[in-house]
Amino acid sequence: MTEERLIIPRKTNNKFFLMIAIGVVLVIAGIIFMASGGGADHGAGHGEVAGHEPASWLKRLLMSLWLNNVYFSGIAIIGVFFVAVQYVAYAGWSVLIKRIPEALGYFLPIGGAIMIILFLVGGHDIFHWTHEYLYDINDERYDPIIAGKAGYLNFWFFLIRMIIFFAVWILFFNWLRRNSVNEDLQGGTAYYHKSIRISAMFLVFFGVSSSMAAWDWVLSIDTHWYSTMFGWYVFASWFVAGLAAITLTVIILKQNGYLKMVNANHLHDLGKFVFAFSIFWTYIWFSQFMLIWYANIPEESLYFLARLDEHYKWVFFTNLIVNFAFPFLVLMTRDAKRQMIMLKIVTIAILLGHWLDFYLMMMPGTMRGDAGIGFIEIGSTLVFLGVFLLTFTKGLAKASLVPVNHPFLEESVHHHV
Amino acid sequence: MALHQNLTLIHLIAMNKKFVLGIYDDEDVLLEAIENVRAAGTKIYDVFSPYPVHGIDDVLGIKRSRLPIVAFFCGLFGTSFALWMQIWMLGFDWPMIIGGKPHIAIPAFIPVTFELTVLCAAFGMVITFFIVQRLRPSLKVNVFDKRSTDDKFVMAIEVKEGVTDMNALNSLLRSNGAIEVNEKEVIK
Repeated sequence: MTEERLIIPRKTNNKFFLMIAIGVVLVIAGIIFMASGGGADHGAGHGEVAGHEPASWLKRLLMSLWLNNVYFSGIAIIGVFFVAVQYVAYAGWSVLIKRIPEALGYFLPIGGAIMIILFLVGGHDIFHWTHEYLYDINDERYDPIIAGKAGYLNFWFFLIRMIIFFAVWILFFNWLRRNSVNEDLQGGTAYYHKSIRISAMFLVFFGVSSSMAAWDWVLSIDTHWYSTMFGWYVFASWFVAGLAAITLTVIILKQNGYLKMVNANHLHDLGKFVFAFSIFWTYIWFSQFMLIWYANIPEESLYFLARLDEHYKWVFFTNLIVNFAFPFLVLMTRDAKRQMIMLKIVTIAILLGHWLDFYLMMMPGTMRGDAGIGFIEIGSTLVFLGVFLLTFTKGLAKASLVPVNHPFLEESVHHHV
Repeated sequence: MALHQNLTLIHLIAMNKKFVLGIYDDEDVLLEAIENVRAAGTKIYDVFSPYPVHGIDDVLGIKRSRLPIVAFFCGLFGTSFALWMQIWMLGFDWPMIIGGKPHIAIPAFIPVTFELTVLCAAFGMVITFFIVQRLRPSLKVNVFDKRSTDDKFVMAIEVKEGVTDMNALNSLLRSNGAIEVNEKEVIK
């Protein structure tokens, strides 16, 4: 089998840099707009809330950065997860596209660094529970519920967990990647068998850490609320977004003349993955929603009440339409899953939809009525997208797009469904 | 007497069908043979294989099944039936207050709707398949060659009396890798 080297033209790289530049300009414009009182009109509708101040531009900036970082880091780790699953399942079909999820992980070190910095700088703005006074029984703002969670939700333990998760994820990513690239050079089946063992170890760790990461980075924003489905919910959201990113990359590479041996059969399997896990996400969404709706316990239903008020209602329903109804109806037929154009539309919709999903998870608990999708959100998303694409494509170009010595390569070339 | 003989002959022709069976022992040889035999203008009745062979549908020219369309409409029926049933029962026929929820509480109806959608789609598909294929308990199946359930592939070609050139067919099959060519008469 022949090697295929990805060459990123300077023009494409410039586009990514332009994306970052436009993003920065938009963010700065948004900050100036907000600082000069552009966001004040929001306050009028919330006059009844005593002592309510509109959220500062800094908080809004921090939240949009946090949102994007959790979203893009999630896609990055899902790449590693996908490769690990393929190894453990002894999958043959995915060999031709395996370098794409593999390279997604190159964003992890950046995501980890940004996350630690954001937590250290803006912890108070993102997480209500980081305030010391909540745990001080003599303070009038003492919160017995949050204080009861201090054993788990405290600054140092939280920081240590974050560092451990990223460190171990990056370790496994590098380990799998190194084995995969060495296999290209040396051949033989030893690397393959070793990769299976590494993947199995990673999956055990990821099973626990993905859930805990979801509690830490997303669920703890709404400190009083809890849901046992939440770890799965965030994982499902990450996984669909990651699958959509993989599929979209495969299509874009294919349309630019790469991945010559990838055909409709591989796209079909990727489409099935996207289709199935859109439904999986909906299943988790509904399982979480219905029990809370049915039981109607105040401290639980508060979470959905905040998301069903006039400010977030459109996001709540858009989320369901874009992430469930649209992929469900469009990707249902076999032909749709085998056509690039259909898959392209659906995967882009899913990538936007799950960004909105994270928006809906994070904003009502922090920005409350002051959230919006404006210059700051769009700008910071563009910055993250640009950085993500730069690291991802750079990583992708480092090795052949075809894993030339993978023992199941032949099977993947002749894949037929 | 002559009339009687003729009648018997007509009877036999109507009841019995004669097939030429090409026996193959290799999947790739078989796929190529199917293409060549079809290209030579010979109509293949069917091919029997111990396991599903990738790509055999395409070379045999079998059209894609329309069963998914049936599944979709059966599923759609299940969805509408389930929603209608619950809304009518709990909203109109016998309204009850359950857990302080409205009579027509859509989220509570979704699990039942989902289950009925899956049930109707699955059963609808299976039943349609049985009907279309005429599968039924009393069905007698002609097994052309028992080895097609073990380790051989069997290509069956129907012989039309007086039309089919047996020698040509024999050599066509053999030249395309058949390890045996047999004849079989089955009672229809």
